[in-house]
Amino acid sequence: MFFRENGQFKSTYRADMQLLPIVQDRYFMLAIVALAFVAVPYLASDYLFLSIINPFLILTFAAIGLNLLVGYCGQISIGHAAFMAWGAYAAYNLVQRVPMLNFLVVLVLAGLVAALVGMFFGIPSLRIKGLYLAVATLAAQFFTDWIFARVKWFTNYAHSGSVSTAPVNLFGWTIDSPSEKYVFLLGVLIVFTVIARNLVRGHLGRAWMATRDMDVAAEVIGIRPVYAKLTAFGVSSFYCGIAGALWGFFHLGSWEPLAFDLNLSFSLLFMIIIGGMGSILGSYLGAAFIVALPIALNQIPEKMGVPLSTAMATNVEFMIFGSLIVLFLVLEPHGLARLWAIGKEKLRLWPFPH
Amino acid sequence: MPRYLPIAVLGGLLAAGLVAPLVTGQAVPGFWVEVLIGGLMAGVLYSLVALGFVLIFKASGVFNFAQGAMVLFAALAVARLAEKMPVWAAVLAAVAIMIVLAFVVERVVLRPLVNQDAVALLMATLGITFFLNGFGQSVWGSDIYEINLGIPREPMMVLDKVFEGGVLVNRDDIAAAIAAVLLVGGLAVFFRRTATGRALRAVADDHQAAQSIGIPLNRIWVIVWSVAGIVAIVGGVIWGGKLGVQFSIANVALKALPVVILGGFESIPGAIVGGLIIGVGEKMAEVFLAPPLIKEFDLAGGGIENWFAYVLALLFLLVRPEGLFGERRIDRV
Repeated sequence: MFFRENGQFKSTYRADMQLLPIVQDRYFMLAIVALAFVAVPYLASDYLFLSIINPFLILTFAAIGLNLLVGYCGQISIGHAAFMAWGAYAAYNLVQRVPMLNFLVVLVLAGLVAALVGMFFGIPSLRIKGLYLAVATLAAQFFTDWIFARVKWFTNYAHSGSVSTAPVNLFGWTIDSPSEKYVFLLGVLIVFTVIARNLVRGHLGRAWMATRDMDVAAEVIGIRPVYAKLTAFGVSSFYCGIAGALWGFFHLGSWEPLAFDLNLSFSLLFMIIIGGMGSILGSYLGAAFIVALPIALNQIPEKMGVPLSTAMATNVEFMIFGSLIVLFLVLEPHGLARLWAIGKEKLRLWPFPH
Repeated sequence: MPRYLPIAVLGGLLAAGLVAPLVTGQAVPGFWVEVLIGGLMAGVLYSLVALGFVLIFKASGVFNFAQGAMVLFAALAVARLAEKMPVWAAVLAAVAIMIVLAFVVERVVLRPLVNQDAVALLMATLGITFFLNGFGQSVWGSDIYEINLGIPREPMMVLDKVFEGGVLVNRDDIAAAIAAVLLVGGLAVFFRRTATGRALRAVADDHQAAQSIGIPLNRIWVIVWSVAGIVAIVGGVIWGGKLGVQFSIANVALKALPVVILGGFESIPGAIVGGLIIGVGEKMAEVFLAPPLIKEFDLAGGGIENWFAYVLALLFLLVRPEGLFGERRIDRV
C-alpha cells in the first residue's frame, strides 16, 4: 500500500541506475541514517555502545570485506581475521612511528598494507579453488598469528607482546567517549558501504560475480582470472584491514595477537552465511545477529529464571551457531538478506491480495 | 618444464632440511632419531584424522571440516563412558553413537544439500563442527579427561647398541602406530574385498553412474560417515590417551587439512604419507630450525610448528595442486 513504485517513471538513464531507485526506499534510508546520526547518540547508553553497537559497526565493516571475496567472487577464506590483524598492527606502527600522520591517512595506509598481504596470500587462488583455497587462507591465519606474537618489531618491543593505543585525535577532535566513537565509526562505515555498493555493480563487481558463477566460462568471455581474483583479495583485505585497525583502536584499545585468531575468522564467515552471501545488506544483518546472539543468550535465560553457566552458554552458543549455519544453507542459502527482500516484495501489495 | 621437477626440487629441499642437522653436527644421531620418531608418531595421529577426511571426500565429494570435531566428540564419549564401564564397552558404545551421528548428518545435512556446490557443503560441515563441539561439551562436560588404555607410561629404550645413549620411545606411540597400520589394512580389505566396499568405490568414481546401476547413494553416505566416525574414535582414543581429552584436540586436528593437501584428497596412502611428512617436517623444523631463527631475528620464542604444516601445504599447492597421489582434474565449461 505504501511501498509501491507505480507512478515513479524514470526518464533518464541516471535515474534508472541510481542506488535506490524507489522513492520510498530513498526516504527510508535517509530516515535511518538521520536517526542513526542524530537520535542514537542521545538515546543509547554507554554500555550499549561499547558492547553492542560499536562492535556491530566494525564487524559489519569486516563482514562487507569478506562478503566481497566470498559472496561476490566465490573464493572462500577462513583466515580473514589475519588481514584484520595486519591492518591493526600496521595502524599501530604507523601511529607509533609516524605520529604526525592524520588518522584517516593511517586507516587508508593500514588498509593498503592488509590489501598487499591479502593479495600475496591470494596468489594460490589462481591455481587452486574452493576447498584447497580454504587451506591456503588457513596458512595466512596461522602464519599471521605467529608473526605478530613472535617478531618483536611489530609490537614495538612491548614486553608482554600486547600493544595499547591512545584515543584517536582527528583535526583536534579527540574521539574517546563511546558515543563519539560511534559517530566516527558510523561515518566511516557509511562511506565505505556506498563505495562497496558501487564497486559490486561496476565492471569489477561483474567480473567477480562472473568468476564466482563459473570461472572457466568467465575466462572464456574475456575476464582475466588473475585480475578478478587478485582484485577481490585486495579489496576484501583492504576492507578487513581498515576494520582491523578500527577494531584495535576503537573497540579493544589494547590487544594481543590472539584478538585476531581463527575464531574471529569463523565469526566473520558465519556473519555472511547467516546474513546473506553476495549482499551488502546481508553483512549488516549477519553482523547484528552474531553480535546480538551471545548477549541474548546471556540475558534471556536469566530473565526467565534459569541462568546458564558461562561454559554452558558458550556451548549453547556453539550449538545454535552450528545449527543455524546448516539451517540457513538448507532453507535459505541467501540468508537474512533474502528474507528481507521477500518481505519487501510482499509489502508492495500489502494489504491487498493482488 | 617437466611436471615432476618442482616436486623433485621441493622434496630435495625437504630431505636436505631433514639431514642438515646431522651433517652440520647440530644434533647427535641418537637425538636426531628421537626427534624423527617423535615426528613420525605425531604424523601417525595426523594421518588418522586425515584418513577420515579422505574417506568422506572419496565417497561423497564433501570436504569434511568436521572430522576434527568428530575426533573430539568420539574421544569425549569414550573418556566419559569409560568412567562407568570397561574401556572396550565404552569404545563399542562410542561406535554406536558415531553411527547414529552418521544417520543424523546424512538425513539433516547431506540429503537436503545434495547437488549443491562444494563450498556450500564445506560451510555446512563448518556448521556441523560448531554444533558437535558445543553438543559434545554440553553432554560430556568440558574439562580435561583421561583415557587409560592400560599401556605403561614409562618410555622404552631401543637401539642402545647402535647409538650412544640409545633412543627413547613411548609405548603408547608404538601402540598408535600398530593401530594405524591395522586400521589402514582393515580399510583396504574392506574397500577391495566386500560388496559394500566395491559400491563405495563406484560412488567415488561417478555418483550418477553408481546411482543408475542401483547403488543407494544415501545408504552409502551413512556407511562412509560411520566408517569415518569409527576412524575418528581410533584417532580420538589414541590422541586422548596420549595428551588427555580436551578441546585443543579439535584444533590440532585442523592439521589434517594440510596433510590431505599434501597427500591428495582421494588417496588413502596419500593421507598416511602426507601425515608422516608433515609430522616429521614440523618436529624437525621446531627442534632444529627454530633456535637459529630465534637467534638470527631476535624472535620472542619458537612455535613455528603452528604454521609450518600450512605453509608447506601452500607451497605444495603452488607446484602440484592435486597432491602427491591425487587425481589430476580437468575443468570443462
